[in-house]
Formats: sequence, structure tokens, C-alpha cells
Amino acid sequence: MALNPNPDFDLFRVPEEHEQLRQAVRELAETKVAPRVAEIDESGEFPQDIYDVLRTNDMHAIHIPEEYGGQGGDALAACIVIEELARVCMSTSLIPGVNKLGTMPLLVGGDRDLLGRYLPQVASGEAMFSYALSEREAGSDAASMRTRATRAGDDWVLNGQKSWITNAGISRYYTVIAVTDPGAGTRGISAFVVHADDAGFSVAPPERKLGIHGSPTREILFENCRIPGDRIVGEPGTGFATAMRTLDHTRVTIGAQAIGVAQGALDAATDYAKQREQFGKPIATFQGVQFMLADMAMKIEAARQLVYASAAKSERDDPDLTYFGAAAKCFASDVAMSVTTDAVQIFGGNGYTRDYPVERMMRDAKITQIYEGTNQIQRVVIARELMRAR
Amino acid sequence: MRIVVLVKHVPDVAGDIGFAADNTTNRAAMDGRLSELDEYAVEQALRLVEQHGGGEITYLTMGPEGAVEALRKALSMGGDAGVHVLDDALHGSDAIATSLVLAEAIKKLDWDLVVCGMASTDATMSVVPAMLAERLGVPGLTLAGRLAVDGNTVTIRRDSDYASMTISASLPCLVSVTDQTGETRYPSFKGIMAAKKKPMTTCCLADLGIDPAQVGAGAAWSVVDAATRRPPRAAGVVVTDEGDGGVKLAEFLSAGKFI
Repeated sequence: MALNPNPDFDLFRVPEEHEQLRQAVRELAETKVAPRVAEIDESGEFPQDIYDVLRTNDMHAIHIPEEYGGQGGDALAACIVIEELARVCMSTSLIPGVNKLGTMPLLVGGDRDLLGRYLPQVASGEAMFSYALSEREAGSDAASMRTRATRAGDDWVLNGQKSWITNAGISRYYTVIAVTDPGAGTRGISAFVVHADDAGFSVAPPERKLGIHGSPTREILFENCRIPGDRIVGEPGTGFATAMRTLDHTRVTIGAQAIGVAQGALDAATDYAKQREQFGKPIATFQGVQFMLADMAMKIEAARQLVYASAAKSERDDPDLTYFGAAAKCFASDVAMSVTTDAVQIFGGNGYTRDYPVERMMRDAKITQIYEGTNQIQRVVIARELMRAR
Repeated sequence: MRIVVLVKHVPDVAGDIGFAADNTTNRAAMDGRLSELDEYAVEQALRLVEQHGGGEITYLTMGPEGAVEALRKALSMGGDAGVHVLDDALHGSDAIATSLVLAEAIKKLDWDLVVCGMASTDATMSVVPAMLAERLGVPGLTLAGRLAVDGNTVTIRRDSDYASMTISASLPCLVSVTDQTGETRYPSFKGIMAAKKKPMTTCCLADLGIDPAQVGAGAAWSVVDAATRRPPRAAGVVVTDEGDGGVKLAEFLSAGKFI
């Protein structure tokens, strides 16, 4: 029986155009971002120059549909941009990541008037979008949020705060999830677009974090912040469902970030192991090190396949996206933490210093297990979907 | 304005490069890429079209099957069409034959301006642009660090170590550009997707009316006797400072004529 290979069998292969996109982003990341990454981490400042480079090359918000002036990038394209940027600099990958997160509620809501009002500015790069769901006392228990939006004629008045807002202070627009009907549980929550220059809106000083220092994270505050009625995203009472469906899509992009930083760590550790000599040989010749690298590589590839399959489901808006988005995010972020920790181990004492990139990658990777729903919440979601299916 | 941009598919220096038995580059075995110096030609052509609010760019390459990747990469940056001259008889062609084939291919197109990179990054002969201008019977403005087109006039600035020259000519003409002309763009997602639909034509020597005896290894005016991969860089000299480190450093620098 002769083997009859079919080179045109396209299933489970990333399309050529997406690989070309990967090449372009990788080159940009290696030539433009890599030289700045250590400095971005040390300074803790938002890298405006890197933002400008991404914007010039239309990589800051590739997911915006063409009809709103965007690149029309599908969910896999968005993941690949984020993955390749995260491989070099996690903070930078949050630029397209959070632009997608902040605009996703509008895309999920589908109101063409809102989309037409905001998306072109994100596509052109003049404005960035942030997403505000969590509060000091409402993290995993998002539905217990207290920030209130009260009707005032045709307007809404917001009072309260939101915590952990990525790119707060830089973004012009904020999708804010707030309680409109306190008695109605999750059906009493709505979504709004708040502008940075709305009276009564302010941002607190930046958080001092373990990692992703180049991405400012701040609390945002609403003190009788009055916004016009046409800022609501979807009907009143749909905000929580919109927020949850948003996360189904964007958890996939966190998975992409995670595989990116993991790949960066694996690449660095492999190169180091080939050069570093002890006992007269490169440490890459020792099976102990080889086995570590092999395990790291297997985990990353498994995570990558899961993230890409989930990206395809996001693009199709499949009903099982809830399960896949949570699984991709949870698995990939656990892999990222494990791989970056092992990378530090392979670098040994050197890896513990800031002279080498892996300690930063480990610090940066940690957040992927926490934001967009902790991995504990992801497991709650996965188990619930699993049990619902049987 | 109708612009023809010449592009070449060259070995990627990051990958494996091997030489075949006849001392030609083993192109089948290598990872290739659009020559970096040609990216500057692509970029300048794209900028001219943007500045003039319109125009057409056709990319032209001569090479084996894989060379089409250079056309695809260029098209993903922008531009309108690609032409690939593909013929087994071209194997082992020297710069003289290359310029003959490219000139004949260009003559089949409608054009006002030809833009090339200043040299290819593999053979680095850097004579094809001038040879092409000669064969096409047009002015050749080579080694441009700046390029501008105003109406019918093309102006370049050529910067050398001791002088900057401003040179101009009328269309139609040929220009070669250096890496000083400005940063090249990365392909965008939209550009990559659009490139798929842009027309690509392939032609052979017979289509260009060229006798195979005029090209290829047999017609080359010079012969490559040997080709070997450059050895990897040595580790460098390590000096242990026993109080004389400064002296040893100074000796090293002066031996290399750095001081």
C-alpha cells in the first residue's frame, strides 16, 4: 500500500496569509519592540513610541472591521498579532489586546450607530478603548458589582469605581458595566461608553504591579458622572450578558498572549542551553535539561492548538465558545506560568537577574492566570459547561 | 504614473545556504526572502504613488519557482501586479544575461519609471541597474538616497563620503535606491489578503524572444571556480586583566587600526 500524501489537505493548518502576517509582526516585534522591552519594564511608562509604530503598521487594533476603517482581521489574525507581540513584550501585546476587549461589547451588541461613532477612531489609532467590569469588592463575583447608573431625564449618572483597568489614563473611551436596576440581579446591569473627558470621571494613580509594567493599570472613579442616553450599549439590563459574551471571545486572546510569552521564554531558554557550558559541555546535551525543554515545547504546542481552535470558534461565534474560550485561556496561562518558571530555572543564577529576559517573562506571565477571570473561575465555567452538555 | 519595480528572491542569511556542484546557490534547499535592498525600492514606489494620488506598480522578478515569493511579499506591501520570468535555461545566468532578460521583460510592459534596489544582497554585483538603463536606452539615476518625481522630472540625491549630488532626468528613466531612502513598511493584514487577488503572470524566454544560448551558465562571461560558506564568527579574544588589561586593550585596538 503506497502512501499518497495530499499536500492540499488544508485542515489543521494555519492559512498562508496568517503565517505571512505572523512573519510581519515577528519582524516588527524583533526590530522595533525588542530593543525597548527592558527599558519599558524598568521605567513603567506606557511606550507611546511603540504604540505609534503599531499604529503606523495597522497592528494596534487589527480586529476592527473594514467597514469602520479597520483591517478586518479575523479572530485568528488578532490572536497571531497578540501572540507575536507577547513573545517579545507582554505590555505591548496589551495594546491590541485591550483595544479588542474594550470594543468587543459594542461588536457583541451590534448597534451600528455606536459602532460607527467609535470604531473608526480606534482603527485610525487616534483613540484607545478600555474595559471596566471589576470593582474593589467585585472581582470573581462580578455580578455583585455596586457601581450605579441612575436615569436622569434622557441621561445617566454614574457613581462608583472600577478596579484594575488596563490602559486607564491612556484610553479615550471606556466600556463600563454598571447596575441600572439594583433589585434585578444580573438582569439589572447595563453597559455604557464613558469618555475620558466626561465630567465626574477620573483616574487614580497607577497600580504598582509584579509585571506588565509598560501597561498602566488604574482604578477609575465616577462621581456624579453624567453621560447622554445614547451612550448605552444595547438595551438596559443586557450589560451583564454582553460582558460575559465579550469575555468568551477575548479569553481566546489572553490564551494567545500566554502562548506568546511562553514561546519567547522557550526560545530564550533553548538558545541559552546550547551556549552555556558546564562540565565541559553545553547544558543542552544533558537529558535533564532536554526533558525540561521537551515538556515546555509540548505544552506550548498543545496550548497553541487549543487557542487557535478557539479563535476559529470565536470567528464563527459558535455556541460552545464559552467552554473553549475558558479552556484556552486557563490551559494556556497555566502553561505560560510553568514554562516561564522553567525557563528561569534553565538560565540558573543568570535567569534570576534582570540582565536576562526570562525573569521579566515569568513576572509578566503570572497575570494571564488572573485577569479576564481567574483560572479558578475558568474552571467553574468549564465544569458548568461540561455538566450542562451531559 | 506606471512604475516597474525589480525584486529578487535571495537566500535568507539566517537559514542554511548551500552551493550546488556547479557552484551556484542551491536555491531549492534554502529559505528565501525578498532582498532587503529591494524592499527600499518597493517602499519608494509605494510612496510615489501615494504622493501623486494614483499610479500603477508592477513587480518583476527573474528566478526559479520560489522567486514568486518575492512578488507575493512585495504585493502584500502594496502595488498592483507581479510578473515572473521563469525558465530552466536561466540557471547560472550572470549579470549581463540577467540585465538582458529583465530589459526584454520590461519592454513588454507600459512604464514610465523603473525602480530597483542598489544591489542584490546575495551576489551584490550592483551593476544590473546601470546595465538595464543602458539596454532600455534611458537615463540611469543610481544609488539614490532621496527620490522625488515632479511632473516629468525625476530628481535623486546621491550621498557619498565626500559629497552629496543632486541629479535629475526626464521620464522615462531608471532609478536605483539605497537603504538611506527611509524605513520600509511592514505588510498589513489587509495588504496580505489583497495580495492573493492581484494578477500574477509567468513568462519564459520564448515569450520574450530570447535565445537560450544567450543566457544561463553557458553564456556567462565569467565562471565561478569555488564557493564556500564563510566560517562562523570566532569567539573573539578574551583578555584576563592582571593589571595590564589597559595595555592589552590598547594593543588590540591599534593592531586593528581602530586607534
